Amino acid sequence: MVKAVISGNSASAYGAKIAKAEVIAAYPITPQTSIIEKIASFVANGEFKTEFVKVESEHSAMAACVAASLTGARTYTASSSHGLLLMHEMLIWASGARTPIVMSNVNRANGPPWSVWADQHDTMAQRDTGWMQIYCESNQEVLDSILMSYKIGESPDIMIPSMIIEDAFILSHTVEPVDIPDQDAVDDFLPPFAPEKKLDPDDPHGFGSLVMPEWYMEFRYKIAESMDLARDRIREVEKDFEKRFGRSYGGLMDFYEVEDADAVLMIGGSVASTAKEVIDKMRKEGKKVGLARVRYFRPFPVDEVRWLAKKVNKIGVVDRSYCFGHGGPIAAEVYGALLPTGDRPIVKNFIAGLGGKDITPEVLERLFNKMLVTNESGTEKEIEWVDVKGHSLGVE
Amino acid sequence: MAKLTIPEEELMYPGHVGCLGCGATLAMRYMLKALGQRTIISVPACCWAVMPGVFPLTCLKIPMLYTAFETTGASISGIRAALDAKGIDDITVVGWAGDGGTADIGIQALSGAVERGTDVMYVMYDNEAYMNTGVQRSSATPTGAWTTTTPVGSTKDWKKMPKKDMVEIMVAHKIPYTATMSIAYPEDMIKKLQKAQKIKGPKFIHIYAPCPTGWRMAPDKTVEIAKMATACGVFPLYEVENGVYTITRKPELKPVMPYLALQGRFRHLPQEELDGIQNEIDKKWNRLLKLEEFTKELDEMEGD
Repeated sequence: MVKAVISGNSASAYGAKIAKAEVIAAYPITPQTSIIEKIASFVANGEFKTEFVKVESEHSAMAACVAASLTGARTYTASSSHGLLLMHEMLIWASGARTPIVMSNVNRANGPPWSVWADQHDTMAQRDTGWMQIYCESNQEVLDSILMSYKIGESPDIMIPSMIIEDAFILSHTVEPVDIPDQDAVDDFLPPFAPEKKLDPDDPHGFGSLVMPEWYMEFRYKIAESMDLARDRIREVEKDFEKRFGRSYGGLMDFYEVEDADAVLMIGGSVASTAKEVIDKMRKEGKKVGLARVRYFRPFPVDEVRWLAKKVNKIGVVDRSYCFGHGGPIAAEVYGALLPTGDRPIVKNFIAGLGGKDITPEVLERLFNKMLVTNESGTEKEIEWVDVKGHSLGVE
Repeated sequence: MAKLTIPEEELMYPGHVGCLGCGATLAMRYMLKALGQRTIISVPACCWAVMPGVFPLTCLKIPMLYTAFETTGASISGIRAALDAKGIDDITVVGWAGDGGTADIGIQALSGAVERGTDVMYVMYDNEAYMNTGVQRSSATPTGAWTTTTPVGSTKDWKKMPKKDMVEIMVAHKIPYTATMSIAYPEDMIKKLQKAQKIKGPKFIHIYAPCPTGWRMAPDKTVEIAKMATACGVFPLYEVENGVYTITRKPELKPVMPYLALQGRFRHLPQEELDGIQNEIDKKWNRLLKLEEFTKELDEMEGD
């Protein structure tokens, strides 16, 4: 094991390297570029034997990854924001073709207006593509999630691609100490990719042909089944990973100080670590607050949310993106998960941190305090935009 | 009797679901005969995405990856990269796309793949419009043609622009091999494909494949029309190796009118438009003759 002080992007590149990705197809976009630059330097220095295809667009990056994966190679790519949006068609292709590609995505706001800073709109807009989504809190989690995602995705009964998500600049360009596991230990944890079927002249098949209505739904159902099955696989693989490497991240949802909490904020990404600091401070002041970190958004941690709703009466969901028309995407999932149960905590939706607007400890403390005093359930101020200039719904 | 040069092995079985008289089925059959069984093919949205048959059936005896419309160049890049990663070098990787999938929506991925020097063969089977969606114009539709999106009408809205020249675009990429071929000349086709197969790097093949359905012609005229196209200079057969042009069939050009007259898609054209088409063909043919002469001369000079 090597201890390195590296950025989230560097951690991503190391993840692809020690996972021994055989084909990488990628296209540069801010703030993802230093991932592929690092990979290029690994390759140029002979440290990493991989086929690095420097494609002419993100759309082609994903098309090449799908084809390489179906030819039997472990594949990796990285993107962000508009690059991810351009890939959209091929993201759906990747899951439909059952290719367990792993991709790093640096969460960046979409234009216009142009912004290169963090929010979650790019990945949330890919909710329905059939990819697993992991929102990371630290650079270590970025690296570890790549290794675990290959293991989870490549299981013959799963065969689903994964998106490892890190916040623009806050993780992508900020250095932290990261343990880079030894290659032998990684090889032992993650055997080579060996799909049951691949493009092979000795065993010729068509991959992705036309199906009539009598079969199409069956193909889609199998993806749905695998995605549901992935929930248990995620937990199992993380247990195995923890045994070998001594680290774990809470499976699908990472809880902090929720057991006796009066109010909990639910949030994804690096802001979770700010929230943990705020919770420690507020608890010293006698305020019982906690955190539910959305680690996996797909598959959605339905059981975890229902468990949480039995424990706490107030949940503030902080969305770093917005679905124009009604509400933030995480909040919508929470409402949906709770509807069939009898538990009705007060759920509020805060829209915050879009386009890199800082979610500071002060902002989080205000949201916690607001949740602690609120007794409103129902529709009044169900969705609040936090700290928007000139907006009446801004939190005072 | 002349020796048969067309391989006997069939890698395309009967049972495809193409239209009666489809030129693209002949193109696939001959191509697979030329390249053999150790071939992987990637096919985007086009007639050939449907023609192998509906799941779980296929009429092809080689592995085929169906891919999205604009991705053929990227898809074959991915297959080649995976084979390279595994040290497999005896498989020919083929991208097989229509004219719309190549000259329009797929041109970026194709340009990228050949610019990267990818060791693949890219085949554009050209039926001169979006035929799978029901005859809409593409940039490879010839001047004067009726399609459902150039429907003539009272404003004489037929295709006004010239056909996009994919061979010239590929030659400009400085790839090692580019060739045109026609389903009417299978020996020429197989010879060129087998030559291309031995060349490392990107190869671009333009196959002329008549479409009776879209060209409004009798389905028993497919081969005849294709022969006429080469005889009148509409579709010359030539190859370009490292920038050097060689015309592989050099007929005394016949007039274009009988070729146009067999196809309903040109029925509306007035005499001056037909004269214009003849004029353009003559110019293109003369230019090709000069290109052959000039590039061969240049090559000899550079060789000295």
